Amino acid sequence: MSGQWQVAVDRDRCIGSGLCAGTAPAHFALVDKKSTPLHPLVDPDEAVTDAADCCPVEAILITDPTTGTTLAPL
Amino acid sequence: MSTDSELKPARTYPFGDPDRLNLNPIYEQLRRTEPLTRVRLPYGEEAWLATRYDDVRTVLGDARFSRAASVGRDEPRTHPHQGDSGMLAMDPPEHSRLRKLIAKAFTARRVETLRPRTQEIANQLLDDMERHGSPADLVEHFATPLPVTVICELLGVPFADRDRFQLWSEAIISTTSLTPQQIMEYLGNLHAYIAGLIAQRRERETDDLLGAMVKARDEDNDRLTETELVQLSAGLLAAGHETTVTQLPNFVYVLLTNPDRFAELRADPSLVPAAVDELMRYVPLGTAAAFARYATEDVMLGDVLVRAGEPVLGALASANRDDKVFDHPDELDFHRESNPHIGFGHGPHHCVGAQLARMELQVALQTLVTRFPNLQLAVAEEELPWKKGMLVRGLKELPVRW
Repeated sequence: MSGQWQVAVDRDRCIGSGLCAGTAPAHFALVDKKSTPLHPLVDPDEAVTDAADCCPVEAILITDPTTGTTLAPL
Repeated sequence: MSTDSELKPARTYPFGDPDRLNLNPIYEQLRRTEPLTRVRLPYGEEAWLATRYDDVRTVLGDARFSRAASVGRDEPRTHPHQGDSGMLAMDPPEHSRLRKLIAKAFTARRVETLRPRTQEIANQLLDDMERHGSPADLVEHFATPLPVTVICELLGVPFADRDRFQLWSEAIISTTSLTPQQIMEYLGNLHAYIAGLIAQRRERETDDLLGAMVKARDEDNDRLTETELVQLSAGLLAAGHETTVTQLPNFVYVLLTNPDRFAELRADPSLVPAAVDELMRYVPLGTAAAFARYATEDVMLGDVLVRAGEPVLGALASANRDDKVFDHPDELDFHRESNPHIGFGHGPHHCVGAQLARMELQVALQTLVTRFPNLQLAVAEEELPWKKGMLVRGLKELPVRW
């Protein structure tokens, strides 16, 4: 995997558990108590897919922007 | 700005014995006048206690506060034993490695698929309770078997063994109700029991969560060790029901002692999901703040400098009553526009079973108010027996009539 990853958060679905911001603080922050990606495109980093895999409401989606493939959650 | 933790005399904590589900008024006073205060618990080192919503969320959710750093420290605690708290003694990314193995079994989407079966179990239990006749103990007839059956079916643990593992599970929420020797013995029994179920799955695969975890380990040893597999499974079984088993009677107790709120749900059961979250905010499940987070660097919390290496306890129940976040915080209000309570915790250790607990509590309350619209306490409130020596507040029995 050489290209960047796309990070998206569905703020309607987000319940503000704080799991992502605590798991990957370089990539997510809580704004008005809901998760927000700090950068829409990031270099591959397992912390980002960990955050998406741990989200209790699957509000985070990590994709490969060139192919549209979902990288997390799987 | 106060910078020296040594200057202030520490308060004795917890602030007295728990009184039913009432939150000690000192929390309200501390939020106003001393939001970070020094406390000394019966065991372990002195700590900070955070009582305001924003500070508690920071302590629980900010990566500058660590649970892994508690390992090897004399943790502030209410009980003599200082056990290995498994995932709760880890930080990301170590913590994420285990958390993501189980997280997908507990997502909102997966939990919804369990709702019809949970409803069926609730209906059966209440049929049985009706046949038993009024009065009946709601703890025994409903609040215990419902979550236990659900977690057993999810994990793949035989419900028939419940008498044994329920006894042993108390070890994870006991502070002084069991002796340290009993706690060790019960945990040992629970782990041996789980190891037996794991061995069965290596003989023959199963499609339950325990089977999935065994498969995850056997396909890739780096994902979790054998000890982690056993501890994690035992933790899910024990935590998976101890909490809901306790919280459901607490919720019903609050509703029966606030008959207007019960009437509101009876008149409009569609309020139940909002009621469950409001009750999660309102009911202080824990008897005291626990599982201190250790600052990994100097951090300002409000006006106070927490130095690197110092432990901070976050008082969830106090945060949930902070009037900067919740209007009329001491009132039970099922119509709040937003309810960002932290009754399930916050950050990396946010309760993995939160969505399951929500669903179970919703099904339970909806079914109760519909089937037993005249539900009442069968004894005077002051006669209700409360548990002692546990991390959680709860009723031993809840006699009801209808």
